[in-house]
Amino acid sequence: MNVDSAPSPQVSMRRYLMLGGAGLIVWWGIYHGLAPFADWFTYRLLALTQGTRLASAIAFFVYEVPKVLMLLTLVVFFVGIVRSFFTPERTRRVLAGRRESVGNVLAALLGIVTPFCSCSAVPLFIGFVTTGVPLGVTFSFLISAPMVNEVALVLLFGLFGWKVAALYLGSGLAIAILSGWVIGRLHMEHYIEGWVTAVQLGDAELPTETVSWAQRFHYGAEAVRDIVGRVWLYVILGIGVGAGIHGYVPEDFMASFMGKDAWWSVPLAVIIGIPMYSNAAGIVPIVQALLEKGAALGTVLAFMMAVIALSLPEMIILRKVLKPQLIATFIGVVGLGILFVGYLFNFIF
Amino acid sequence: MKTLQVLGTGCAKCTKLAENTEAAAKELGIEYNLVKITDLTVIMSFGVMMTPALAVDGTVKVVGKVLDVAELKKLLV
Repeated sequence: MNVDSAPSPQVSMRRYLMLGGAGLIVWWGIYHGLAPFADWFTYRLLALTQGTRLASAIAFFVYEVPKVLMLLTLVVFFVGIVRSFFTPERTRRVLAGRRESVGNVLAALLGIVTPFCSCSAVPLFIGFVTTGVPLGVTFSFLISAPMVNEVALVLLFGLFGWKVAALYLGSGLAIAILSGWVIGRLHMEHYIEGWVTAVQLGDAELPTETVSWAQRFHYGAEAVRDIVGRVWLYVILGIGVGAGIHGYVPEDFMASFMGKDAWWSVPLAVIIGIPMYSNAAGIVPIVQALLEKGAALGTVLAFMMAVIALSLPEMIILRKVLKPQLIATFIGVVGLGILFVGYLFNFIF
Repeated sequence: MKTLQVLGTGCAKCTKLAENTEAAAKELGIEYNLVKITDLTVIMSFGVMMTPALAVDGTVKVVGKVLDVAELKKLLV
């Protein structure tokens, strides 16, 4: 896409809006054709008998894969446009010198919309804490950024509906805010590695080019290429496993060990989840299948949060700047928060 | 002679930005000296928190994204 061939910003803006509108209509049409298509494919083309295990697994797979990928493309594109308004630098300026409670809330919210990748976690951490962002506020950001992400939300919305997606969003934010606040109260600043405080974040002028709408669309398209390009395989694999569980695992199979009555299932789910490293794209379809077979909502949410928010590779990266005591506190506080969310949802539903 | 400094701790995107920058400089036929800076302390001294980044003659021009060759050429002329 060559952004600069556009004759003037207004013309290019209109062109992009028209393209976007047309794209959205086509998207909508295909999206609503997916369910009839899956039925036609399974029961007409393959001529499978309705109600058999194989048919149910195949119909599930043929419907869910394109549905989730389409939702993902749409949402990642728009989130990409939203993110083009935010930079870590701007977020840092907003958070620097904030009072804790307000800072924790702001940091958790900005964690959703600020472009972030775990490979930049270390420079970001140093940049934040050496320029007056309180440690706890920094943690609120670092917890929220990976946990509350658009891929997880899209998959939860697509496979469970908006209520579960909203619950995940709300409880993820609450965990990020409270965990960051607790870590701040514990005053663990001296458990940051010594060399960090010696680092000076330069205050040179960074490029602040005015971004045109064409560039924002370009940024959204890039995000789609990057994120969907990275996760599509996991989506297919995850839904494949989910389809297998959907068709072949008996109803209520999970109830005995991931159901509500098994109190120990929540802590177990968290403990198993921490060393597991999977992105949301692979884990949500499996989680959905587990839930369908009688696992309790709180237990599976706790499992999913532990997998996404507390990942071993991120801990290893953060070990460069945090002493083991602070890492352990971080895992402990967030783990407790997830545990609480798990029990709460098991209790409510 | 332009000094091109690619800032990054060695992630895949950083390598890609270095490659694209080199290609852009070659296509323009300019004299250049490309350095990869992997020391975090030095990276931070540029004011950069999100890698990869590119500094041309000491001024940061790109932060946190991989530009393609055509976009980079415009920054190098």
